[in-house]
Amino acid sequence: MIDFFEHRLLFVTGKGGVGKTSISAALALLAARHGKRVLVGDLDGRGDLAMAFESPELKFDATKVSDRVWAMSMDTEAAMREYIKLNLKIPLVGSVGPVAAAFDFLASAAPGVREILTMGKYAHEVRERHYDLVIVDATASGHIIGHLAAPDALRELVSVGPVIDQVKRMNDVFHNPKTTGVVMVATPEEMPVTETIELRDRLESETSLERAGLVINRVLPELFSQPEEVIFAGFTTPKKLRVLRDHAGETVDAVLAGASFASSLRRSRTMHIERLFEEFAGDTVAVVPQLFVRSEGLRVTKLLATALGEELGTQ
Amino acid sequence: MSVETLLASKEVIVVTGSGGVGKTSVAAALGASAAARMSSKVLVLTVDPARRLATALGLESFGNVEKRVPAKLFDDAGVEPVGELWIAMLDTKASWDDLIADHAPDEATRESILANKLYRNITGRFVQSHDYIAMERLHEIHTSGRYDLVIVDTPPTRNALDFLDAPDRMADFFSSRLLRWLIAPARSRLVNAAAKPFTMVADRLLGARFLTDIGEFFLLFQTLYDGFVERATSVKRTLADSRTSFVVVTTPEPGPASEARFLLSALAERDLQVGAIVANRLLPEVFSTRGAATSAKKLRSGVDSLAATIMPSQPEVTAGVLREIADRFDDFRLLAAQGDAVLQELPRNGAPVVGVPYLETEIVDLAGVLELGDRLWDVPD
Repeated sequence: MIDFFEHRLLFVTGKGGVGKTSISAALALLAARHGKRVLVGDLDGRGDLAMAFESPELKFDATKVSDRVWAMSMDTEAAMREYIKLNLKIPLVGSVGPVAAAFDFLASAAPGVREILTMGKYAHEVRERHYDLVIVDATASGHIIGHLAAPDALRELVSVGPVIDQVKRMNDVFHNPKTTGVVMVATPEEMPVTETIELRDRLESETSLERAGLVINRVLPELFSQPEEVIFAGFTTPKKLRVLRDHAGETVDAVLAGASFASSLRRSRTMHIERLFEEFAGDTVAVVPQLFVRSEGLRVTKLLATALGEELGTQ
Repeated sequence: MSVETLLASKEVIVVTGSGGVGKTSVAAALGASAAARMSSKVLVLTVDPARRLATALGLESFGNVEKRVPAKLFDDAGVEPVGELWIAMLDTKASWDDLIADHAPDEATRESILANKLYRNITGRFVQSHDYIAMERLHEIHTSGRYDLVIVDTPPTRNALDFLDAPDRMADFFSSRLLRWLIAPARSRLVNAAAKPFTMVADRLLGARFLTDIGEFFLLFQTLYDGFVERATSVKRTLADSRTSFVVVTTPEPGPASEARFLLSALAERDLQVGAIVANRLLPEVFSTRGAATSAKKLRSGVDSLAATIMPSQPEVTAGVLREIADRFDDFRLLAAQGDAVLQELPRNGAPVVGVPYLETEIVDLAGVLELGDRLWDVPD
């Protein structure tokens, strides 16, 4: 198995709400700690990475957000302009308006064009070696296949022309497992786990991309060992409960109830973690703990980077 | 307005929110509750159900065709339903094919469109077509009058609002001047000066051959334009109708909540009604018990003597357990407080906020779906 950071391009994906953006940002920080120059960007243009780095609003032109880390947010029209400028060697003069309208129209009329331009931007950054590593915070499960399969889909529709040259160049990057890998992110809950497994199967059958590994995010800490569990269960006997209430007040009941909740939550999630390990046997799997911190932001991203580093053995 | 009033008075309910917040479960629960308690024929139109939920509703598989949830399942759940619960899944490709079949002027055109490789790619693989067809299908079912209430679970779009704008975008697209240019014969394309920037971009980007293919495809499609534009307009009308209401689902986490905030303000901007905000997966109330934090602190402060009193035989392990209990309580209390703060910051749009606690077990049968429905239902104004 190739180490995450031996790749030059990583797509980070998973079901909505599992923490793709935080993990993408943390992977970028971790790679930078190892001396790599990293570009991290999104596919949907929402610029959510800004929160993870506490940076100003992100644009298509990359902004430096940390030592050796640059971040960007996708803008399909800007991507098209850059593409035309770089590949077709024609200057784009004139007002933005008609070109933008033309682009919007084309992207709606010609399937795959939008995807080719956004994915093409990242492939371009990899080819040009402006960075050692490019990390893409990819869209939620359902859509990522559309994006990753777009180059091949377009080849079925078109046989010659500039778009096809672009597709070939992109596929040289995407189809090389040493260069490009997909990092899947899951949380240990029923639906995210099921979707992760389904997505893995679709990645295998519908695209030519290789997996780099799996990140299991927000894993709750183990509360009690077996003997500790027995002791905890004993706390509810009237005599012991009396001692606890006398010492810590009647509201100690809420504290105990909280511990039971945390413990059963952890237990119900264990089977999902086990299922992931079984399904992804042979893959690089990193387990990232649930962080109990005040807010999202750079501090959390740094903590996540450290946790990932310990798991990936690259610390 | 309570959830009960909402389900009793509306004909269409659009359940929306960020990915992973439990939209599908909420849609199913609202539908099951309505069917259980009211003499209504209810359809839940879902986009991508978890297999478990499908099984919970007694359906190994369900596709584009609407299926009734078997009465036996209600029996098993100990509920005698007053109404009927139906369910269907949105199959993008099949829905597009149906749409073409409805609108094609003749069989030859229909067959040519269905066999066109561009058509197959647009409908099967590319995400934008998903949003439009979801709204189109909703409209079709609603106007058919087959159901008293239709509850739709929205597709996981890149932007939670894409589906709202999909009818407009579709109408714009089909009435576009550029489209007319594209389907014009190649020779007249060159002389059309107005389309010059477009010509340049299109030609350089896609190449003449691909453009011709696209042109041919849309020429075929032309026969359907009027129907499409008209349809898109009435789909939009359905969404804005007073008989339609939106339910916004979120969890107390910052990501989903910021998506909900965005959705609520966008819905307000468009004058679309919000019937309820569902705050899903709330931590149990024990974590906000007054005084409990002090109890946790006291457990920690005298932990050694306390442990020796309770378990003289194993004082050290017991002290560890007590510390763990106190620490975990503080951790979760922090999460709970954060969640409260996040929810309080949400705009309300005049809608009630319905809290649903974290369910420790996942929904595996109709009883589970109905239980979630009860929690949504029993909320005061």
